[in-house]
Amino acid sequence: MQTTKNVLVEIEDLKVEFRLHEGTVHALEGVSLRIPQGRTLGVIGESGSGKSVTAQAIMGIIPSPPGKIVQGRVRLYLPENGSERVVDVTELPPNGAEIRQIRGKEISMIFQEPMTSFSPVHTIGDQIMEAIRIHYPEVSKKEARERTIEMMRRVGIPRPEQRVDAYPFQFSGGMRQRAMIAMALICHPRLVIADEPTTALDVTIEAQILELLQDLQKEFGMSIMYISHDLTVVGGIADEVVVMYLGLVMEQAATDELFDNPLHPYTQALWRSIPTIDGELERLSPIRGALPSPFAVHKGCPFYSRCEKRIPGVCEVSRPPMIEVRPNHWVRCFLYSE
Amino acid sequence: MSTQISKPAEQRLGNDSPPANSTLVDELEDLSIGAIEERLEAVSERFYYASQWQLILWRFQRHRLAVLSLILLVILYLLAAFAEFFSPYLATSRFTGLQMAPPTRIHIFHEGKLHRPFIYAPQRSLDPETFRYIFVEDTSTPYPILFFTQGEEYKLWGLWSANLRLFGTGPDAPPIMLFGSDPLGRDIFSRTIYGARISLTIGLLGVAISFVIGVIIGGISGYFGGTIDEVIQRLIDVIISIPLIPFWMALSAALPRNWTTVQTFFAITLILAAVNWTGLARVVRGKLLALREEDYALAAQVAGASKPRIIFRHLLPGFTSHLIVSITLSIPVAILGETALSFLGLGIQAPAVSWGVLLQDAQDLMVVAQQPWRLIPAIFVIGAVLLFNFVGDGLRDAADPYST
Amino acid sequence: MLVYIIRRLIMLIPILFLVSFIAFFVIELPPGDWMTTYVSQLRASGIELSEQEAQRLSELYGFDQPMYARYLKWVQGIVLRGDFGWSFQWGKPVSEVIAERLPVTLAISLMALIFSWLIAIPIGIYSATHQYSFVDYLATFIGFIGLATPGFLLALILAWAVYEFFGFSALGLHSREYLDAPWSVAKVLDMLKHMILPLVIIGMSSAGSIIRVLRANLLDELKKQYVITARCKGMSEIQLLFKYPVRLALNPVFSTIGWLLPAIFAGEVLISIVLSVPSIGPLLLRSTLAQDTYLTGSIVLILSALTIFGTLLSDIYLAWADPRIRYGGLSR
Repeated sequence: MQTTKNVLVEIEDLKVEFRLHEGTVHALEGVSLRIPQGRTLGVIGESGSGKSVTAQAIMGIIPSPPGKIVQGRVRLYLPENGSERVVDVTELPPNGAEIRQIRGKEISMIFQEPMTSFSPVHTIGDQIMEAIRIHYPEVSKKEARERTIEMMRRVGIPRPEQRVDAYPFQFSGGMRQRAMIAMALICHPRLVIADEPTTALDVTIEAQILELLQDLQKEFGMSIMYISHDLTVVGGIADEVVVMYLGLVMEQAATDELFDNPLHPYTQALWRSIPTIDGELERLSPIRGALPSPFAVHKGCPFYSRCEKRIPGVCEVSRPPMIEVRPNHWVRCFLYSE
Repeated sequence: MSTQISKPAEQRLGNDSPPANSTLVDELEDLSIGAIEERLEAVSERFYYASQWQLILWRFQRHRLAVLSLILLVILYLLAAFAEFFSPYLATSRFTGLQMAPPTRIHIFHEGKLHRPFIYAPQRSLDPETFRYIFVEDTSTPYPILFFTQGEEYKLWGLWSANLRLFGTGPDAPPIMLFGSDPLGRDIFSRTIYGARISLTIGLLGVAISFVIGVIIGGISGYFGGTIDEVIQRLIDVIISIPLIPFWMALSAALPRNWTTVQTFFAITLILAAVNWTGLARVVRGKLLALREEDYALAAQVAGASKPRIIFRHLLPGFTSHLIVSITLSIPVAILGETALSFLGLGIQAPAVSWGVLLQDAQDLMVVAQQPWRLIPAIFVIGAVLLFNFVGDGLRDAADPYST
Repeated sequence: MLVYIIRRLIMLIPILFLVSFIAFFVIELPPGDWMTTYVSQLRASGIELSEQEAQRLSELYGFDQPMYARYLKWVQGIVLRGDFGWSFQWGKPVSEVIAERLPVTLAISLMALIFSWLIAIPIGIYSATHQYSFVDYLATFIGFIGLATPGFLLALILAWAVYEFFGFSALGLHSREYLDAPWSVAKVLDMLKHMILPLVIIGMSSAGSIIRVLRANLLDELKKQYVITARCKGMSEIQLLFKYPVRLALNPVFSTIGWLLPAIFAGEVLISIVLSVPSIGPLLLRSTLAQDTYLTGSIVLILSALTIFGTLLSDIYLAWADPRIRYGGLSR
């Protein structure tokens, strides 16, 4: 049966705080977004925009303390025996059996640092097949190993029969990230969250990894949540893009629509700060001002202090709502409200 | 109002000028955007551009235990420095008839009436059953405790004659012995305070010597590298592998018995330093080698700085804080070392007083059972070692540039 | 791996020579020697001893030779014949005197090491995983007390407490009735009972430092990315804890054995003196005081050699446990 909404993950008004010694960081201030099934959602934002925290919230791994979900829902729509099971991650105990059944099996994650993401003293193969051993205890060790080798071959690791017993430090950065992808895909999850998976890699290898991810998506049909600060990368891989700034979704639209018609001043500023190949030569303009202190509390629009089109007396007073300016193109800005 | 800094952050940022900051939030409302930005930057700048030592100080102040320990240590050292003033008697004064007396009790009620703090005279008698001396207070006359009183004559630091004491009971009254007395009738409280002088300075001095040796040898090792480094490292490996106490025992047995107290003192200090320097040398070398690879060292080299200049101007400041931590944590090792050596009779010798010597007096199991007050100096040893460790731990946390 | 072990074994030789030299040199430092003391003792006790006879005695024991010659002779004896020299004080070969007591020292030290691991590892893991909990604070507190209290003092107080509350004299290694008795089950049990106190005291003081090291390491490891990776696979927390961070955090604990062993031997020496356990400790104290050169030197040498050997074992373990070292991917 096809799910009515075709949605896999639905985040609704999520607020997350980190209570640190120095003060409280409001990491997410009411994030809402949906990840469609079998498609790729790109999430763009500077560091501190809350994109990684959003990913952690879906996995239920927000470090607590100091992190705390103050408000909101993270619903997973998991097809099961022809019907649909709805799970609210925020309601599950953080490391209980139920959420653990989801982690690694339904949702998995690829991290930025392929170096530190593996334990240095266990073999690559051991760490990849671990998810099978956890979620499918009936699968024999031999079978798990074979599946691991198969997956390693699929992600393009040469001589997987030998490399399965190698240690992470014997892999190059690119190979390690491939192994990481194999680890994430070994149980054929419905969603793979890729948190800046190519930031630590060379540009050529980055392209290979992106291509691999797209191929694998075609083959396995999983959804991808691709988090990056790199506009070009997200533009290349995502079907739909969410732009985040200081814990809020500022703009959301299909990739082409967003690139052709950026509406939010922040998105526009971002676009101006990257060079283009085909466009005419312009001076690149950085976004003026600095990112406000992470401890700052914003009553109005968080981009107010750096915005070139701000409306004093309006923007800093109350928070702009999300408005659907064009079909399926949402933006959080007073410029577009009547 | 658009932006405000949440409370705790504001308090932290405003650490050095609270008044300016407390008005910040109110003022913000009237100011134009540009001014707000400038103000915000000013606030963050003060935080970001604080010097390394400023940051360490701020972080250190957060460790209440470490700050408290530091204060107590200063007090302890003051007690040791002015031992003559703070102790009621000389370390060698004997009170006949008051051998092995328990700590004097301080009373404030005499015959049911409130009285200024006073003591009763102790009377010694022999218990006919156990043949042990027992002390009973003669409650007929109260002897008030006098403050800033004239006591036994002493020479402060061997230079100036004086007789002012913080407290005492006066010449004709029975002595006040807060920690009791030893088999020769000497006041253990006074001896503990006098003993602090040797025990505490031996730690400082020993570590000062090992610091010099450690920095020089570690510096050579890290500066030259290669074969010299290899040889020095093996030597350090060897010294570390020799069990401390036997090594110290063997070394101090080498001291001639007829040496003066001062000679023995310096010799013991040297013996303690002979092993202690290795740890510091390792820290210096390790840090030098690691920092040498940092980009800023390369940058300095490219800019044409000489090698000594790179080491002293660029590299050394990078780990002074680590050195201070190492020093703080090795002082208690030296204090414990002195105590152990003196306890075995191999350290400071008898007429001189140190905490180890006092504990050597109390070696016997009978002492523990019958005169437990003679172990009171041990509390000072444990206390001093703990205080140094707390301060060291606080400093370590504060000096770590990556801690929050 | 084999190459690594062989290389380390070869490196051991110069280190042992250096240690033997330091040991000998230190003992030779004091002005005067055993012979002068002995001769003056003999004279003091009224025995007529001519200069000639004194000279002859000196030559007999080799005191007329320069220091390096005696050192070489000593080392030669050890290497070629396992002969550690002559103990003047005991009138026996040094090896015999030490052989009587070394087993006790070794037994107590090894048991203390294992005992300290047994209590420190669970406490360290619990402290790190329950940071700032009551148990964490308690462990930290006890660790600090163990660190700050001189071992001999602890020995003194505990020996008294055991006597006072259990009526058991913890001094020595045997109760009086077993002292000259032939070996029997009862005698062994009695000896084990006597070993508990030294064990606990020595073990406690090193346990404190192990807890500190383990707790700090584990806290570091718990923050590492691979822990999150494993959590994202759906692993249960306890499984995850023991498979990854604990394993990595324990490596430095076992590798610091090189620092731990000297402390344990030193503690054993000191505490045996206080509790009059017939081990190396009291022997060393007496021989240092009497300037019994070869005995003292041999004891320091043997204890140091044991430490070096222990360090070697822990390095080999580390190489085995950490593939980065095993494959030479990372130099130490």
